[in-house]
Amino acid sequence: MKELIARLVEAYGPSGNEEQVRALIQDEIKAHVDEARVDALGNLVALLKSDPDGQGKPPTRVMVAAHMDEIGIIVTHIDEKGFLRFAPIGGLTPLTLLGNRAVFANGVMGTFGMEKREILPTEKPKLDRMFLDIGTPDKESALKLVSVGDAAAFSRGFAQAGNRLLAKAMDDRIGCAILIQVVKTLKKNPNDIYFVFTVQEEVGCRGAVTSTYGVQPDLAIAVDATDTGDTPESRPMNVTLGKGPAIKVKDAGMLAHPAVRRLLVEAAKGLGIPYQLEVLEGGPTDAMVMQTSREGVPSGVVSIPCRYVHSPSEMVDYDDVTNAVKLLTKVLEDRVAI
Amino acid sequence: MLLQSLSEACGLSGNEAEVRNLILKEVQGLVDEHRIDSLGNLITLKRCSSTGAARPRRVMIAAHMDEVGLMVTHIEKSGHLRFSKVGGLDDRTLLSKVVLVGNDRVPGVIGAKPIHLLKEKERHQVVETDQMYIDIGTSSKEETERAVKRGDYVAFATRFSRLEGGLVKGKAFDDRAGCAALIELLRGRGSYPSDLYGVFTVQEEIGLRGARVAAYAVEPDYAFAFEGTVCDDLPKKKDLSPTTILGGGAAITLADRSFFADKRLVKLLVETAEKNGVPYQFKQPMVGATDAGRIHLAREGVPSVAVAVPCRYIHSPVNILSLSDFENLVRLMSLALVALPTLWPSP
Ligand SMILES: [Zn+2]
Ligand SMILES: [Zn+2]
Repeated sequence: MKELIARLVEAYGPSGNEEQVRALIQDEIKAHVDEARVDALGNLVALLKSDPDGQGKPPTRVMVAAHMDEIGIIVTHIDEKGFLRFAPIGGLTPLTLLGNRAVFANGVMGTFGMEKREILPTEKPKLDRMFLDIGTPDKESALKLVSVGDAAAFSRGFAQAGNRLLAKAMDDRIGCAILIQVVKTLKKNPNDIYFVFTVQEEVGCRGAVTSTYGVQPDLAIAVDATDTGDTPESRPMNVTLGKGPAIKVKDAGMLAHPAVRRLLVEAAKGLGIPYQLEVLEGGPTDAMVMQTSREGVPSGVVSIPCRYVHSPSEMVDYDDVTNAVKLLTKVLEDRVAI
Repeated sequence: MLLQSLSEACGLSGNEAEVRNLILKEVQGLVDEHRIDSLGNLITLKRCSSTGAARPRRVMIAAHMDEVGLMVTHIEKSGHLRFSKVGGLDDRTLLSKVVLVGNDRVPGVIGAKPIHLLKEKERHQVVETDQMYIDIGTSSKEETERAVKRGDYVAFATRFSRLEGGLVKGKAFDDRAGCAALIELLRGRGSYPSDLYGVFTVQEEIGLRGARVAAYAVEPDYAFAFEGTVCDDLPKKKDLSPTTILGGGAAITLADRSFFADKRLVKLLVETAEKNGVPYQFKQPMVGATDAGRIHLAREGVPSVAVAVPCRYIHSPVNILSLSDFENLVRLMSLALVALPTLWPSP
């Protein structure tokens, strides 16, 4: 599974530009699902039809979703000297940019720079003082490589540190990897399962709005990365790397449906795998909008604890990942009823 | 001139009737159907030319009828009106402006302290809305209440006029310019290759509210939002781009705070513009939000793009636009609607 994760996290896909990630996922799952379509916004919606149950009961429609997009930047201006000004795509922290590189869909690479260069001890550098340097000496040569409106994402290779995995875009390619692994692992399937790989989560959960409307699920689960409180003097939060997948209780965008939460907790207990309950001050995830689709959908979230979220080096624990696969597989192999 | 009557009509968010009536009069003879929905959106339909068996494609074009302005919140014993803002307005643009209060258009002035009386400190301060008042010439609460009431909308009393260089000034070009362009488009041809839903929306300025329900009802295959958009093309110290340039042509949105434009529609607009020599420009990404932000999320999603007329000084009592940009927007869109079938998946 690590090889799959490495390919996913290294793929390019800032919000609104998920095509490359989607192609990769399509390739991975197409042999394992009954149908897969791309909707108007670019969400990949794959259906695994239920095994016939012999009793003619209509299967439960379960939607499991992970977002394909990652944070990044969008070019707003190219100056006379060939430097690119940009606006953020999603929640970008200025400090994470300095010293890092960004890459465009066509492979053009750049590094971040800042006006005046020194940062005063009391100052938080702002994005409008920064620019991307793609090595071009003037506007004309820059325009041959990029245009205003082009998006770039962090460029950073996948790495392992002990049992932990390090990469950009772990949020939420790790969720995509888990769903792919679940598709491949399922031995039986009493439900109609919609595996949905959404677009534009980082800019307001937009892909989940339209895909959930289209799927019309009876129950929905998002799989996404979440923050932890286990680093030195971090903000207090009861989620720790390596202590198992986190089952969401609430975040700033939603209260998880208690029955979905129970379903996940019972499954984890049944399997004897570690799990933790998550109460996140930040948020939201796709589950926020899945929950309020049409007449409402009971929704929950399986979160993967992730340090340094929205930086080029997000860290997850490999056991948390494999346990999340086991957890979701277990939930989906039983007839889902709440 | 249509743009003039639209600009001088008053229609703040939630109170668009005057503008809607004016538009309805203009479009009634141009469309096959029209209706007003429960929020007040005016939804018109111009049927497509072909009578083939297949379901005709639906294209929705939205322009919002509402404008930014003020609302009376309190009447002082002295007869002065306190107010709050409807939509995004900069306090600095309000002092000393002439306004029209209520549907009877009672004239008033947003009072300012004369410079003679300003303390040194006050000269460097922005007066905030809650310190301002509207003076309609009355001297008691009772007298005021005979003319206006709490909850009345307040619009700017800006007259439309022509300036040098093919420019015009007026109020509410955001988005009466879009409304006027949409009307021109409905007037331009007997029919287009798709069912064209010209939708004049309400309550854009306070959260894109009308477009949400209109798009749900129309269920379009493709959508365009017509806008009057930010233009800050005056000289800058740093080498930073303006959002749009006056006279630079129709401004195509690639991405703003509310949505990413559909890449196929952007390509269609750019190719159409280049093939026909219609001036166009890209609006600086990630500035502002439009009705497209709601329309593209309707039901299972709608490929959408926004196209705009650049307007200097928008969201202030007076705006300026270039008639050439306006004409180029209409021309570009009328050509693009004819070219749109190239995007349809082959049956
Ligand atoms: Zn995420
Ligand atoms: Zn506006």
